Amino acid sequence: MLSIKNLYVSVEGKEILKGINLEVKPGEVHAIMGPNGSGKSTLANVLAGKEEYEITSGEVTYFNEDLLEKAPEKRAKEGIFLSFQYPVEIPGVPMVNFLKTAVNEHRKNKGEKELKAGEFLKLMREKMDLVEMHTQLTNRSVNEGFSGGEKKKNEIFQMALLEPKLAILDETDSGLDIDALKTVAHGVNALKTSENATIVVTHYQRLLDYIVPDFVHVLYNGKIVKSAGKELAFELEEKGYDWIKKENGN
Amino acid sequence: MEEQDQILNDVTQGDYKYGFVTDIETDIIEKGLNENVIRTISEKKNEPDFMLDFRLNAFRKWQKMKMPNWAYLKIPPIDFQEISYYAAPTQKPKYESMDEVDPELIDTFNKLGIPLEEQKLLAGVAVDVVMDSVSVKTTFKEALAEKGIIFCSFSDAVQDHPDLIKKYLGQAVPVADNYFAALNSAVFSDGSFCYIPKGVRCPMELSTYFRINAANTGQFERTLIVADDDSYVSYLEGCTAPMRDENQLHAAVVEIITHDRAEVKYSTVQNWYPGNKEGIGGIYNFVTKRGICRGVSSKISWTQVETGSAITWKYPSCVLIGDNSIGEFNSVAVTNNYQQADTGSKMIHIGKNTKSTIISKGISAGKSDNSYRGLVKVMPNAKNSRNFSQCDSLLLNDTCGAHTFPYIEVGNKSSIVEHEATTSKIGEDQIFYCNQRGIDTEKAIGMIVNGYAKEVLNKLPMEFAVEAQKLLQISLEGSVG
Ligand SMILES: Nc1ncnc2c1ncn2[C@@H]1O[C@H](COP(=O)(O)OP(=O)(O)OP(=O)(O)O)[C@@H](O)[C@H]1O
Ligand SMILES: [Mg+2]
Repeated sequence: MLSIKNLYVSVEGKEILKGINLEVKPGEVHAIMGPNGSGKSTLANVLAGKEEYEITSGEVTYFNEDLLEKAPEKRAKEGIFLSFQYPVEIPGVPMVNFLKTAVNEHRKNKGEKELKAGEFLKLMREKMDLVEMHTQLTNRSVNEGFSGGEKKKNEIFQMALLEPKLAILDETDSGLDIDALKTVAHGVNALKTSENATIVVTHYQRLLDYIVPDFVHVLYNGKIVKSAGKELAFELEEKGYDWIKKENGN
Repeated sequence: MEEQDQILNDVTQGDYKYGFVTDIETDIIEKGLNENVIRTISEKKNEPDFMLDFRLNAFRKWQKMKMPNWAYLKIPPIDFQEISYYAAPTQKPKYESMDEVDPELIDTFNKLGIPLEEQKLLAGVAVDVVMDSVSVKTTFKEALAEKGIIFCSFSDAVQDHPDLIKKYLGQAVPVADNYFAALNSAVFSDGSFCYIPKGVRCPMELSTYFRINAANTGQFERTLIVADDDSYVSYLEGCTAPMRDENQLHAAVVEIITHDRAEVKYSTVQNWYPGNKEGIGGIYNFVTKRGICRGVSSKISWTQVETGSAITWKYPSCVLIGDNSIGEFNSVAVTNNYQQADTGSKMIHIGKNTKSTIISKGISAGKSDNSYRGLVKVMPNAKNSRNFSQCDSLLLNDTCGAHTFPYIEVGNKSSIVEHEATTSKIGEDQIFYCNQRGIDTEKAIGMIVNGYAKEVLNKLPMEFAVEAQKLLQISLEGSVG
């Protein structure tokens, strides 16, 4: 469904992604690991359509269509979901409003009828159970005053509501306590089908115990320098990144 | 919430929706301003002598005054001789039933969404409509009369209740208060009058819609609200104008007087034509609004949502004379394209234990300038008084401006005045977050801005709040990206 070919990306004149290649098929789980600053979030943001990045060359297709020319909201409605590494707060905008608008925008795009308040609340409650989201949180403004872990949980809650085809989870595990990690992973797994795919960005093998990847890629210095099965995650956990850095002449 | 979504969905186009012109016969007097014009206006309205004297006195004072230039506004020179000071739909504005009203006019009101029809009346809104300068129809008059409430056009009030007019006119805003108030006092042609008798809670929201229709006319309406002891009223004001390339002048005066323990809530949704995207045309809005809390423990609150006008110059104020009286000002002012707004409030504490609150939320986009200007003045005898002011500015880009000019004078030691101010830029990260959830940028801004203004919007009566949210959304469309 997703095909990234030779992607180069710069920010403010600085080259960050230096020739990324990646193929993702329905039903697959890909893990992307790599040292701080290697470009993982950049890749996630570029796929989601954040503007400040300049794509200097390469192409990305999503279901055989050029992804890069689509507006971010279009990508979202066509099934790309990004669980943000740092979800922002939007004061004064109630969660419920925000979510209902998001869900209905998705529905409109699919030619489905918009949900009325009552119908939406019912759907919301269902999905809240999935990630053990509390009404205390859904009654507040978007992410406002949420703890780090609550924000991450809220991302997966939104994922549950929007049922994406391609979910990109950018360090969703950071900041979660052990129980929350299990709950969130359980939520992600429950949403898994043979039709959708997940890209998990993480630093820790621990998450991959719960969300088991088919492939593990190491992103280093703007390139995917190694790809293998889930055993690679264990190796990284054990040995760190030094050997990767050495192999790549640094 | 339903409604908010509805609104967001409703609104698909960013153009000024109220820019139509209604083709009805209009009685317009010659352009120009002199004593004769003023006599003509007074004569046309068949006014008693005291009114003519009031006007002439104001006019003579106005002639000696100068246009104020202290505001953070670029005001092009206004040729007061190029304006017609009286324009009225020729049909006499006295109707027994709706059938007699010019269908064009009804059509206009329908386009405006004015609740003039019976069904809407049942929703509990009494409306006084001022088209150009004359009050066209006041609905619900009888239902109100049963409670002793007077709600009618200013002209009718001059004829039917001259004593009240004589007693209260110019009490809150003296004729020579400022340049535009003096001009208004000289030439105002109509407006609304409202009197709530002792002990009466007005059972419905009273509402006035102002509409400028004719070309080359100014609109100078005058509103006077008097709340007697222990009474209460909530008053709404809305306004729209056609799209024209030339600027039109609107200089209104609103006066409110509250007696002991009375309360008046005055809410405005100001949507005069703001000019086009290049800054051509639009209304010059110079308004003087002042309330006097004359009685003890009385309360006046101004709530405004301002999205219209090319230039806005407006400082709804409260003079807190009665001990324990309360003044409030809640404002959302949006400027886009080349709009300029210099708006804020004055709170004058005279009585003891008086309290005032100012909440101002400025939102600037395009190449606009948005200023808050406020004065909090606590007189030496106003012991134990309190003021809290909060002035927030939200910028939508780097080309617009936001400015804050707070003036504070505290004349005694037992009073406390607090002022907080913030300026923030709408976050690209916030917009991207919404985008990533499938919400486009326009909608995202609508949501974020409404969230930002919520504190003020919540103070508006329900029906108005919905309209105001819609307006915020419309007025900022196309402002980002
Ligand atoms: N908007 C930006 N402006 C300037 N530099 C940026 C910007 N975004 C990213 N960078 C830089 O690009 C590099 C890659 O950042 P990115 O956030 O993609 O790293 P990451 O792999 O996600 O790291 P982490 O593991 O710490 O989350 C970093 O050096 C970062 O400072
Ligand atoms: Mg990152």
